[in-house]
Amino acid sequence: MKPPAEPPLTGATTRKGRGSRRDWRKAAEILFFVTPALALFALFVIVPVLTAVQMSVYRWRGFGPLEDFVGFRNYASVLTNDVFQGAVGHTMTIVVGSILLQLPLGLGIALLLNRKMKGQGLLRTIVFVPFVLSEVIAGVIWFQLLQPRYGVIDTLLEAVGLTGPPQGWLGDRDFALWTILIVLTWKYLGLPILLFLAGLQSISEELYEAAQLDGATWWQTQRKITIPLLGPTMRTWAFLSMIGSLQLFDMVWVLTRGGPANSTTTMVTFLVNQGTERGNYGIAGAASVILFVIALVMAITYQRIFLRRDTKEAGR
Amino acid sequence: MTTPTVLAPPAEPATGRQRGRRDAYSGGNPLVYVLALVIAAASLGPVLIAVLGGFRTNAQLAQNPGGWPDPWVLFNYRDAFTNPAFWQFTGNSLAIGAITTVVVVVFGMMAAYPLARYRFRGREALFTVFVAGLLFPATVAAIPLFILVSQNMGLSNTWWGIALPQAAFTLPLSVVILRPFIAALPNELEDAAMVDGSSRIGFFWRIVIPLCWPAMVTVGVVAFVQSWHAYLLPLLLLQGDMRTLPLGVADYSSEYSADIAGVFAFTSLSMLPALVLFLVFQKRIVGGLQGAVKG
Repeated sequence: MKPPAEPPLTGATTRKGRGSRRDWRKAAEILFFVTPALALFALFVIVPVLTAVQMSVYRWRGFGPLEDFVGFRNYASVLTNDVFQGAVGHTMTIVVGSILLQLPLGLGIALLLNRKMKGQGLLRTIVFVPFVLSEVIAGVIWFQLLQPRYGVIDTLLEAVGLTGPPQGWLGDRDFALWTILIVLTWKYLGLPILLFLAGLQSISEELYEAAQLDGATWWQTQRKITIPLLGPTMRTWAFLSMIGSLQLFDMVWVLTRGGPANSTTTMVTFLVNQGTERGNYGIAGAASVILFVIALVMAITYQRIFLRRDTKEAGR
Repeated sequence: MTTPTVLAPPAEPATGRQRGRRDAYSGGNPLVYVLALVIAAASLGPVLIAVLGGFRTNAQLAQNPGGWPDPWVLFNYRDAFTNPAFWQFTGNSLAIGAITTVVVVVFGMMAAYPLARYRFRGREALFTVFVAGLLFPATVAAIPLFILVSQNMGLSNTWWGIALPQAAFTLPLSVVILRPFIAALPNELEDAAMVDGSSRIGFFWRIVIPLCWPAMVTVGVVAFVQSWHAYLLPLLLLQGDMRTLPLGVADYSSEYSADIAGVFAFTSLSMLPALVLFLVFQKRIVGGLQGAVKG
């Protein structure tokens, strides 16, 4: 880590006596301001992250010294583990599925809410309510709604002549992950709507007036003006969504705990399960590092492909 | 003075600018209202079912899960409201949220000030250390944090054991939001303060803090909301009477899963604080989120 108070640049040319005293005072001030944050950050962010890396090369059950050095064997066993491979697949399904569902839905609803209509302000608040709830509370509510047969969802389906799977939507290997994806979409759709609405309002009105003069229809205007100009907002939102999905834990833990038969495990449920319930700290450490590397690679790749253009255009 | 890009202008009504535009394409179409109604129902439906479910008996719920309370019963809410565990969990959530918020705002302001207004070697490197922190979500470090807090520090099952790591992980965001805000204060202000004999610390205390109040509130609200919703770290570190509201709700719902009406009442009651907080700070939360993406 960088020492925060190196000799300051200003005052270096002033006369020796007073100058250096002032420099000394300035350095002390910087130290005073920065130390609390830096100490906290070092202790609770840097140390644990480094510990995760260190743990990952030992076999360690959570007590006693780290002695049993195993090199990359933990990584090998994580990467060849069926459950972990499944977890990576499920996490990626959620990453891609969230964007594919929320982008068109969010855009459509934002366009709708951007029209002049009665009760618009209220509607905006309403669509944002699920986003404000904590994931756990949303999960607990949906867990009840999704109860097999007696839950609200199955009752509604029955009313229109459909039946859910007998073990319930969360109890069936084929449906559980998709059910979680839908609940997550319900929970997080408010964010793209909100961001797209903000983006819509920053589009210059003259563009719309010009389009109107040219006789463009509402749909043409949206397609040729709104959607392209909303591009940067959409790309930034998708980035946030991707990073969030990679960390998915709370909702899964409340709804299925990764079951049934590991059909909804995510990378984070895997590492929590290994770390706390099985006491395989080395494996958990390796899984943490792998999760971080995957997230970093995806973030950088995304930035390279989609976001670089935006920052260049913005000229910042 | 340029407004920092990370923050949206506070309290600007989002609808104000929009009024009167796009008249030619405006509503009036009944289909639009039907769609709007469907969207509202889908968003609010599950929440309403839970809230209304709390006013029903388990017999009513078994007969028709999605129905209206008939008759309305109050005992589920009364039981939840008089349940000491509920207040215990709420108190813990409040305390942990308050500690997290204060630490994030105070330490974040202190760190952002020299990063914004002092010139010294290594300043950008130091800022980069904090920015890099944005890349490390608490989930990656969850297991080592659990060991650090419980075994090395003996802070498991305490408010501080949750609040301090949470604050540490929110600090990067706080520094990233506050630094440009402080940097945007005009130099003339600082010069004037110096002429009046104020020190840099005096300037920080008397000028920077009062002027950065809106940014501090935004950072504070973000920190509090994150702490209020946190699940993973509390799950690893808190048990029994020390549990927070999300933990308590999840445990209550699995413990009393047969009493669905009771679970609905307990859950509904516990989402109230977050909803009230959102309605009070709606503009600032929304502005902060939008600003963070635009910036």
